[in-house]
Amino acid sequence: MLKTFRIGGVHPPENKLSAGKPIEMFSLPQEVVIPIAQHIGAPATVVVNKGDRVKVGTLIARSSGFVSSQVHASVSGTVSRIEPIRDGSGLKKMAVVIQRDGDEWEEGIDPTDTLVRHIDLTTEQMKERIADRGIVGLGGATFPTHVKLTVMPGNQATHLIVNAAECEPYLTCDDALMCLHPNEIIFGILWTMKIIGVDKALIGIENNKPQAIRTLRNAIEQEKEQIGSASICVVPLKMKYPQGGEKQLIDALIRKQVKPGQLPISEGAVVQNVSTLYAIYQALAKNRPIIDRVVTVTGKEIPEPKNFQVRIGTATRLLVEAVGGLPETSGKVISGGPMMGRTIVTLDAPITKGSSGVLVLPEKESRRNEMRECVRCGKCVSVCPMGLNPAFIMRSTLNKEWEAAEKLYAPDCIECGSCSFTCPSQRPLLDHIRVAKQTVMALARARKK
Amino acid sequence: MILTTVIVLAIIALSSASLLFIISKKFEVREDERIAIIGEVLPQANCGGCGFPGCSAFASACARAQNLDNLYCPVGGAPVMEKVAGIMGFEVSVGDAKIAVVRCNGTCEARPKTSEYTGARNCRIAAGLYAGETDCSYGCLGFADCCVACSFDAIHMNPETGLPEVDEDKCTACGACVKACPKFIIELRKKGPKGKRIFVSCVNEDKGGVARKACSNACIGCSKCFKVCQFEAITMGTNLAYIDSTKCRLCRKCVAECPTGAIHEVHFPPRPVAQSQPQEATPESRS
Repeated sequence: MLKTFRIGGVHPPENKLSAGKPIEMFSLPQEVVIPIAQHIGAPATVVVNKGDRVKVGTLIARSSGFVSSQVHASVSGTVSRIEPIRDGSGLKKMAVVIQRDGDEWEEGIDPTDTLVRHIDLTTEQMKERIADRGIVGLGGATFPTHVKLTVMPGNQATHLIVNAAECEPYLTCDDALMCLHPNEIIFGILWTMKIIGVDKALIGIENNKPQAIRTLRNAIEQEKEQIGSASICVVPLKMKYPQGGEKQLIDALIRKQVKPGQLPISEGAVVQNVSTLYAIYQALAKNRPIIDRVVTVTGKEIPEPKNFQVRIGTATRLLVEAVGGLPETSGKVISGGPMMGRTIVTLDAPITKGSSGVLVLPEKESRRNEMRECVRCGKCVSVCPMGLNPAFIMRSTLNKEWEAAEKLYAPDCIECGSCSFTCPSQRPLLDHIRVAKQTVMALARARKK
Repeated sequence: MILTTVIVLAIIALSSASLLFIISKKFEVREDERIAIIGEVLPQANCGGCGFPGCSAFASACARAQNLDNLYCPVGGAPVMEKVAGIMGFEVSVGDAKIAVVRCNGTCEARPKTSEYTGARNCRIAAGLYAGETDCSYGCLGFADCCVACSFDAIHMNPETGLPEVDEDKCTACGACVKACPKFIIELRKKGPKGKRIFVSCVNEDKGGVARKACSNACIGCSKCFKVCQFEAITMGTNLAYIDSTKCRLCRKCVAECPTGAIHEVHFPPRPVAQSQPQEATPESRS
C-alpha cells in the first residue's frame, strides 16, 4: 500500500512524454540574459559593469541580505548591457546581458564530472559555500537554500525530506537527473543531513518513476560505507497531485501536519528538492555555482520532447527551435507545468534558476471556458490539499469580506490549482483566492506595525 | 386577607423596580454623546455610500476618528461634512471640488493587443499575473474593476475605446475607483472652474521609443511641456510628465507643445481657427 497525503488531491493526466529521455547538453547560446532576481527575497546588487569580461562562474550580482542570493555568469564573454529586460510576464526586470566568447571557467571551479566522496568543510563552511554559490530551491520556488538550512534556535530538525515527487504533469527534469547522477545526489543528501544535524533522510518519489527509484536505491547500496549509520530511504508514493507540495510530502512520509502559519521545521522536517541537493553537491564538491539546469521541453504536438541541460539566461526561443519550432496549432507556451506554470508572452524570456520546463499547449487546450455559477457541489472542498474551502474564499473576495477570508485561512493556500482544475462551473477559484491571500497577509502585516 | 396579598405584591413590585433600576444604572452602556449629535446632521438615507452600514455606523466612525480624511458622506457632501467637523472640533478646510480622472488614453486603436487573456476578467487578478494584453505594462487593463467599485453609476467602460469614462455629473470623488485600480491610473484631480482641467493622460514610465511603439498616444517624456510651463505646474518623472492640478492655470500652452497628444484639455472652448494645432477633446466627447 503506497503512502500519500491524507487530505484532498487531484489526478491530472500525467503526460510524462519525455520520461526516460536522457539529458542532452544544450548548445551554448551566443547571448545570455541573466535576471538579478531569480530567487525569493531581496534582489541581488549588480557588481559588474558594461564592457567587463567575465568567465563562467564569475559573480555578477551580490546577495543583498540574509534572504537573498548571489547570481553568477553562466557563460564567458563580455557584459554588453545592464538594464531592465522584458521577461516572460511582459514586465521589465533588471538583468545582465553577456555576449558569449568561448567557454572559459573561473579558476577554483572544478568543471569535471568525477564523483567526489569526501569534502573537507565544517558545517558553517558548508552553509557559507552554499550561500556564496547562489544555491536556491530548484523545485520552482527558488527559496535561498542557506536560509532553509539554518535551523533557528528553538527548532529541532529530525528528518531531511527529499522532494523527488515531480508531481507536475509533463515535467521530467528531476526524473532525468536522478537517473543520471544518483550517487552525486546521495552525497548532496548526506552533507545536507550533516548541516542540519539529522541522521534520517526520506526520499519521497512518485511511483511513476521506476527507473529513478532503482538507480537511487542502487546508489544508496553502493555508497553505504560513506552513509555509515545514517539512514537514507527511498519511499515510493502514490501518484497524486500535489504530492510535491512540502506540507503534503511531510504528511505522506512522516504523518505530521504543519499547522497554519507555521514552517515545516516546526514538525522537525527540512524539505529540499532533489535537484537542489544535486546543486548542493556541486557547490560543496566542485565549488560550482548554479550556471545551468535541466529543463524539460515538451508538449503533445512536439514531435520529440526532450530534457536539456541549459545555461541560465538562454532564450526560451532557442529551446523551442531545437525541438522543431512552435507547431502551427500552438495556443500558448508555459514556463513550468500546466498546473502551476506561468504563460509567457514572449519567447525571448530567459531560462532562469526556477525554469523547470517549457510546455507548448495546443490551441484547443489553451483557453479557459466562461465562468458559471457556483452550484455548491463541494468538489473544490474535497480536493483542496490544505483542507480549505475554495468556493467560500472566492465568495469573500468577490464581496471584499477580508475578515471572513482570514477566518477561512486564505493565507494557507499553496496555490496548487487543484480547486480551479476540478470546478465543474469553470470558476477561476485560485485567482480569487490569491487576491484574498495577498490582501489578508497585507492586512495582518499592517496590524503588526 | 386581601391586605396581605396587596402588601406582598407591592413589595415584589418595589423590589423588582429597584433591582431593575440598579442594574440599568450599573450596566449602562455609555455611548459617546457626539454619535447621536452627528447622526442628526446626516441625511439618514442609510445608503452605504460612505462605506459604512448605515448612517449611525458612519456617525460612530466619525466620533472615533482622529481626522475626517477618509470619511466622507457623498449624499450630504461638503456641507454635511463641515457640520460634522464642527461637532468634532476639527479644522474646517474647504477644498476644491474634485473629480476622478482616468489617466490613460491607450484605446484599442492606439494600443494594439499583442496577447490574449482568457483568465478571470478582473483587473487586480490580471495585474497580478502579467503585464496585460498590450506592450504597455502600465496602461488600463480594461476589465472594469473601477466600474464595479463605483456605487454612484459614475464610471463606465466604453466598448469602442476599451477605456473607462467618468460621468462628470454623477461622480462624487469618493475615491472608490482610485483604490480599485491596480495600476494607479485613476486620480482625484481638481474639477476646475466650469469643469476645465488639463492632465497628462498617460502613466507609462518606459523610455519614449518603447512607450510610443506600444501606444501612439503615450507620453514619451520629451519634456517640451515642462519647458513651456510658466507656472512650474509640470514635473518630469521617469520618462513621464505630470501636471499638478493645484498649480495649473489652464493656459493650455503644454497641450499645444505635446507632440503625441498625450496631454488632454477638457471643457475648453475650441481654439480660434488661426492656430494650426488640431482640436483636442471637446465637451461632448469627454463625458
